[in-house]
Amino acid sequence: MKYTLKKLSSTIVTLIVVSLCVFLAFNVLPGDPAIRMLGLEASPELVAQTREKMGLNDPLLVRYFRWFVAFLQGDFGTSYTYSVPVSSLILSKIPITLTLGLLAFFFTVVISIPVGIATAKYENGILDRSITVINQVIMAIPPFFSGILITFIFGMILRLFTPGGFVSYTQDIKGFLRYLFFPSIAIAFPKIAMTVKMLRGNLIDEAGKDYARTAYSRGNNTNGVLYRHVLKNAMIPVITFLGMALADMVAGSIVIEQVFNIPGISRILLSSISNRDYPVVEAIIMGIAMIVIGVNFLVDIIYRIIDPRIDIDD
Amino acid sequence: MEIILDVTDLHIEFHDSDTPETAVEDFDLMLGAGEIVGIVGESGSGKSMSALAIAGLLNRHAIKKTGRIMFEGHDLLTCDRKTLRSFQGDEISIIFQEPMTSLNPVKRIGWQVEESLRIHHPEIKKNERKKMAIDMLLDVGLENANEVYYMYPHELSGGMRQRVMIAAAMIGNPQILIADEPTTALDVTVQAQIVELLKKLNREKGTSIIFISHDLSLVSQLCQRVIVMQKGNIVESGDTKTVFSRPRHSYTKKLIAAIPKIDLDN
Repeated sequence: MKYTLKKLSSTIVTLIVVSLCVFLAFNVLPGDPAIRMLGLEASPELVAQTREKMGLNDPLLVRYFRWFVAFLQGDFGTSYTYSVPVSSLILSKIPITLTLGLLAFFFTVVISIPVGIATAKYENGILDRSITVINQVIMAIPPFFSGILITFIFGMILRLFTPGGFVSYTQDIKGFLRYLFFPSIAIAFPKIAMTVKMLRGNLIDEAGKDYARTAYSRGNNTNGVLYRHVLKNAMIPVITFLGMALADMVAGSIVIEQVFNIPGISRILLSSISNRDYPVVEAIIMGIAMIVIGVNFLVDIIYRIIDPRIDIDD
Repeated sequence: MEIILDVTDLHIEFHDSDTPETAVEDFDLMLGAGEIVGIVGESGSGKSMSALAIAGLLNRHAIKKTGRIMFEGHDLLTCDRKTLRSFQGDEISIIFQEPMTSLNPVKRIGWQVEESLRIHHPEIKKNERKKMAIDMLLDVGLENANEVYYMYPHELSGGMRQRVMIAAAMIGNPQILIADEPTTALDVTVQAQIVELLKKLNREKGTSIIFISHDLSLVSQLCQRVIVMQKGNIVESGDTKTVFSRPRHSYTKKLIAAIPKIDLDN
C-alpha cells in the first residue's frame, strides 16, 4: 500500500511537471494566437482587446494554473480556429485512436508471448531460425510502410477490407473493429518482433540459471521448468517493455490513422499544429502524456505483484 | 550393507568445442544404504560432474556419457527420461554450491519446498503438503518455519537458503542425497551447522549421502568413506580415517598438506 501511494504521488508530480512543460512550450513558440484568430489585417486595438479578453496578458503562472485547473475539470479551452470548446472537437475522436492503440497492444501480447515461448523452447530449431530472420526484417519496417503494404495486399488485392471505408463506432461496432484490424496489425508488427526477440532471449537466459537446474533436479519436465519457474522471471523485463510499447502504440497510431484514412485524433492534431490552434494541441499532448504516465504507474504496480524483490521502502 | 547405487566406468566427455574434453575419465562408486561417502579433489577434478551425472542433470546433447549408473534396476544413463524424472527429487535429490541462486527468486519458500511432493505425490492434499513442508523446515533447523513458509528467497541469509534447499531435497524422503559443495559459499560457523544437519538427517532418516567437497576437514568429520579424484580419475579411495592418516597416493598427501594449520602457540 505504501509502495502504491509512493508511486501514485510520483505519478502526480510527473503529471504536473509534464503539464508545465507543455504549457511553457506553447508560450515560447512564436505567433500570437490573437492575431491568428482575427487575421493579419485586424487593427492593433482589436488585437489588444482580444488579448485582454483571452487572458493572454496575465502573468505566466496565473495563466498556467487557470489552464491546469480547467484542464482537470475537463475544460480544455476554446479552439482558436473553430471557436468551439476543444472537448467537442476531440472527445468523439478519442475512442477511435484509443481503440486502435489498445487493439495493437492486444495483438502484440497475444501473438508475441506464445511465439516467444515457442522459439525459446525449440531454440535453434527451424521455427526459431525462421522467426529470427522474419523478426529482423519486421523490426526494420516502420509501421507507416507496413501500413501501405497491408493496404495494398489485404485491401486492394485480397479485398479483405475496403481502404478508406471507415465505419464509425457509433454506427456499427463490429464494422468499426473490423476496419481497425489491419491498421492495428501494422502498428503491432514491429512491437511483436521486438517482444518476441526480448522474451526469447530472457527465457533462454533464465533457463540457464541455477534455479532452473534445481527445478529439473526435483523431477520437473521441460514444460514444468518453463511454465512454473522460468516464464515469470523472464516476463519481468518484458512487462516494462510492453508498458512502454503500449504508450508508444497509442501515440504511434497517429501516423497510421493518416495511412488508413481513419478519422481519429491525428487529423485534428495535424491541422491544429499547422493552424497554431494551441488549446487543441495542448489537450492532445496532455492526453498522450497522461496515457504514458498512467501506463507507467500500472507497470509499477504489476511489477510489485510479480517481483517480490522490489522493496516496499524503495 | 545393501548397495543402493552402483556406478561403474563412468566416462563424461564435452563436445562443445572442436576437440572433445574429458571431464571424467573413469569413475566408480558403490553406495550403501545409509552410508555417507565423500568425494574430494581440486576444481576440475570431475567430482561435481560425476555428481550431476548421478542426479541426471547432464542431459545436453553436447555431453557424451558412457558407463553405467545402476539405481533400482535401471541404468540412469540409458533409461528413458520419464523413468529418470520419476527418481529425481523423489529418490535422488541434490543440493548445490550456490544457495543464493539455486532457489527461484519469485516463488515463495513453501511452494519450492513442496515442489517434489506436488510432482511425485499429487495424491497428497494441499494442507497435508503444507504441514509436511513446515515440519521439514523445522527439521532443517528453521525455527520460524511458519513465517519462512511464506517468505521469498531474498529475505533469507545464505545459510538459511541452504537449509531451505536441504528441506526441499529431503521432503520426498529420498534414498540418496547428493550434496555438491553445499558449504563452500557459506561462513565457517554456518558450514559446521550444515554438516551437523546432514549428519542428523542421515542418522534419523537413513538417507545415503554423497558429499562433494574440497574441504578435507569437513569430509573427515562427516564421511565414513572417501574417494579422492584428480583430473577425472579416482586416485585413492577407502575408509576416511585410513586414507587421511596413511595416504598412499602423492596427490592425497598434497591435498592433506594443503590444509592450513593454525599454530595456537603464537
